[in-house]
Amino acid sequence: MFRPRPEARPATVSVLVEGRAVAVPEGASAAAAMLLAGLIATRESAVSGAPRGPLCLMGVCFDCLAEIDGVPNRQACMVPVAPGMRILRQRGAREALR
Amino acid sequence: MNIRLSDAIVVGGGLVGAAIALGLRDAGLDTVLLDEGDIAHRASRGNFGLVWVQSKGLGAPWYQRWTRGSAGEWSALAADLAARTGLDLALRQPGGVHLCLSEEEFADRAARMAQMQAEAGNHGFEYRMIRRDELAAMLPGLGPAVVGASFTPYDGHASPLALLQALHRAFTEGGGAYVPEAKVRGGSAAPRDFRVETAAGAFAAPRIVLAAGLGNAELAPLFGLRAPVRPQRGQILVTERARPVLPMPTTTIRQTGEGTIMLGDSMEEVGFDTGQSPPVMAQIAQRAALSFPWIADLNIVRAWSALRVMAPDGLPIYDQSERFPGAFTANCHSGVTLAGAHARLLAPMIAAGSLDPVLAPFSARRFDVPAAA
Ligand SMILES: Cc1cc2nc3c(=O)[nH]c(=O)nc-3n(C[C@H](O)[C@H](O)[C@H](O)COP(=O)(O)OP(=O)(O)OC[C@H]3O[C@@H](n4cnc5c(N)ncnc54)[C@H](O)[C@@H]3O)c2cc1C
Ligand code: FES
Repeated sequence: MFRPRPEARPATVSVLVEGRAVAVPEGASAAAAMLLAGLIATRESAVSGAPRGPLCLMGVCFDCLAEIDGVPNRQACMVPVAPGMRILRQRGAREALR
Repeated sequence: MNIRLSDAIVVGGGLVGAAIALGLRDAGLDTVLLDEGDIAHRASRGNFGLVWVQSKGLGAPWYQRWTRGSAGEWSALAADLAARTGLDLALRQPGGVHLCLSEEEFADRAARMAQMQAEAGNHGFEYRMIRRDELAAMLPGLGPAVVGASFTPYDGHASPLALLQALHRAFTEGGGAYVPEAKVRGGSAAPRDFRVETAAGAFAAPRIVLAAGLGNAELAPLFGLRAPVRPQRGQILVTERARPVLPMPTTTIRQTGEGTIMLGDSMEEVGFDTGQSPPVMAQIAQRAALSFPWIADLNIVRAWSALRVMAPDGLPIYDQSERFPGAFTANCHSGVTLAGAHARLLAPMIAAGSLDPVLAPFSARRFDVPAAA
C-alpha cells in the first residue's frame, strides 16, 4: 500500500516489525517501518479495540502508538529507527503494573 | 422589548445549575437555564470526578449527612440519566480509601474518622482504619511508603463530563430551555417577581435560582442573598490509558472508566489565576508515585487547573432570600458528589417554594454570627 519515494535513501537499517525483519532507510520513523512492513492498522484502540493507523505522522494525533523495544504506547512517528529495533502493534491499553 | 416568561430561571449551567434545572423541569416547571460562554470559569469542566463522602463534614454532621444522602441518590440519578440520554456516567461506588504516608498522617486520620463517627450519632458512620498489610492485598502495587488508610463504603467516582452532558441533554430533551452566551448583567427583584437582563434578552419568572458558581458572589446581593464564595485552585494530572488496575478510588488517585489515571489535586489560594505551576504538579506526581510506584512509569498526557467554588468555612451555601422570597442560591465545592441531592432533593424543595429545615444550617446567615474571641 505504501512505497518509498523514488529519491528515498537506500533501505540499510534492519528492524523487526511484529517479529518480521524489514529494511528501511536511515532516519525513517518506526511508524514508517510499520507502514513499509505492510501494516495498515498499526494498533488497536484502548477503549473499543478499533483498528487504527498513523494519521498525522508528526506527533500530534497519537494514532501511531506502538510498543517499541519493550516500551508501550510510544508515538512511533516520533521515534527514528535503529538497527534491530523491535516494533510491535499496541494492542489496546497498556498494562500499568507489569 | 421582548421578555421571555417562565416558571423558573436558573442562572449558571455548571453541575449545580444543570442538576437543579433538571429537577425543576422534572417537577413540571417551565425552566430557563442561563449560562455564559466558553471562556467562563467553570469548575464543572475541570474537576476530579469523585463521589466522595469520607472527608466531608468534620464538625458539621449535617454536611456529612447531606453528602451521604447525595451519594445514596447517585445510583438512581445515573440510572435515570442513562435511560433518558443513553450516556454511561461510569458510576462506581466500591468504597474508597484515603492513603496515609506516615504514622503521623495515620494517627491524624484515625482521630478524624473517630470524631466523624461520634458526631454522626445514631445516623451511623461506618469506617475502618486499615493497616498496610491488609491494604496491600486490596490495592495492587501499593508503595512501601504507605502505612495505612481509612476506608468507608460510601465513596465512589464517576465521569464528571458525562454527568454534565447528561444533565444538559435530559434537561433540554425534557423541554427545558438552555440559553448560552447569556451572562446575567443585572436584574430587578421583588417577592416572587424577578427579571434579569442578558445579551440574549430579558427573562422573567416568579422563581430564580442563583447557581452561577463563582459568579454568585456578585449576583447574590441583587436578589437579597449572600454567597461569599472565593476561588480555590486545584491542579490535576492525567496519565495515558492503562488496563483496569485500581479497584477503588483514593482521595487523590482514581482510574477512570476509559483507563486513564487521574492524579489530583492541589488546594491553592491564588485568586482567579488559572495557570499551572510545575512545583505543585511535581508534588502531585511525587505523592502518587509514593502511593503506587508503578504510576511513575506511565506517561502524563494532560494536565490542567480549575477553580473551586469555596465558602469561608468550606461548606455549601443553600438559601432562600428573606427579602425576596422565590430567590434561591446554591453554592458548593463538591458539585459532582452533591449532584444526586441537587437534582432529586433540593430541586423539589425549590419547586415547592421552601427549603426543608435540614438545610437551615447551610444558610449564609451562619456567617453573621461573630466568631467567638
Ligand atoms: C480541581 C478541582 C477538583 C474537584 N474535584 C471534585 C470532586 O472530585 N468531586 C466533587 O464532587 N467536586 C469536585 N470539584 C468541585 C466541583 O467541580 C464544583 O463543586 C462544581 O463544578 C461547581 O459547579 P457550579 O455549577 O457551582 O460551578 P461552575 O461549574 O463554575 O458553573 C458556574 C456556571 O455559571 C456561569 N455563570 C457565572 N456567572 C454567570 C452570570 N452572571 N450569568 C450567567 N451565568 C453565569 C458560568 O459560566 C458557569 O458555566 C472539584 C473542583 C476543582 C476545581
Ligand atoms: S501519526 Fe500522529 S502522532 Fe504519530
